[in-house]
Amino acid sequence: MGAAHADGGRMMPSSIPPAYTAECAACHTGYAPGLLPARSWARIMSGLDQHYGSDASLDPATVKALSGWLQANAGTYKRVAEEPPQDRITRSAWFERKHRKVDDPAVWKLASVKSAANCAACHTGADKGRFDDDNLQFPAGLPLRFRLAFMD
Amino acid sequence: MFRKSLSMNPRKKPPCVAGLALALLIAAQWPATALAADTSPAAQLQHWSTQAGSPGNAQRGQTFFNTRHGAEWSCASCHGTPPTAQGKHANTGKSISPLAPAFNPKAFTDTAKVDKWFRRNCNDVLSRECSAGEKADVLAYLNSLK
Repeated sequence: MGAAHADGGRMMPSSIPPAYTAECAACHTGYAPGLLPARSWARIMSGLDQHYGSDASLDPATVKALSGWLQANAGTYKRVAEEPPQDRITRSAWFERKHRKVDDPAVWKLASVKSAANCAACHTGADKGRFDDDNLQFPAGLPLRFRLAFMD
Repeated sequence: MFRKSLSMNPRKKPPCVAGLALALLIAAQWPATALAADTSPAAQLQHWSTQAGSPGNAQRGQTFFNTRHGAEWSCASCHGTPPTAQGKHANTGKSISPLAPAFNPKAFTDTAKVDKWFRRNCNDVLSRECSAGEKADVLAYLNSLK
């Protein structure tokens, strides 16, 4: 087997289909497939014309290729096995637990953040599936009292 | 210092066949997303004007671009106004390359991409496809920005 092992972890696989970058990562962080389980990805890819309030429809060949890659690399480790509400990464139990100290909605709505889906606002390695604390940056305008949350 | 050219190096390794095969396999699985530069902003304006049966109008295009058509977003919500600098996705904050061709050499150079984004974005802004006349007007407006 080649370089791209489907180990179901949260790191971005070493090879990313160019269409993933061009289509998905044009509008939001290129989320690592390991952040959601296979069934969540399947539902997302079957409803791209109504993708969280946007039309993200693609031609069938691209949908098929991207679905195959997402399925092969979907998260299988314990934390991600559960399908979050609305198949939203930000509604996952692990996401909510990890961000429990960012407990003011105003933080997520900072101009430099926009929404909880914008991982890269704080996690500089987000597009590589790297979310370790040492890759963190404070988003512009973050109130001082929330900076402690970053140390956890 | 004198250096031998690489092609004359007797220790040159043969290419990695397995790696090449894998690359070809991957290329075959993933359809190319962009046949680069099969159109141009001027050709797009011409195309939609011909379809509409009248030339695009920059003034109308500007109004269209900046108007919320009964819903939450306008084109400008993500592309900015005027769309001559980097835009920002209204929901996610992801940066978007400038839309006006004079400020982005890649804008409107790939027919499939133009069609796809008009389809998606018109649906988001107007809850329907845009007409040829509306697309001609938008192109006339974007092409007029210098």
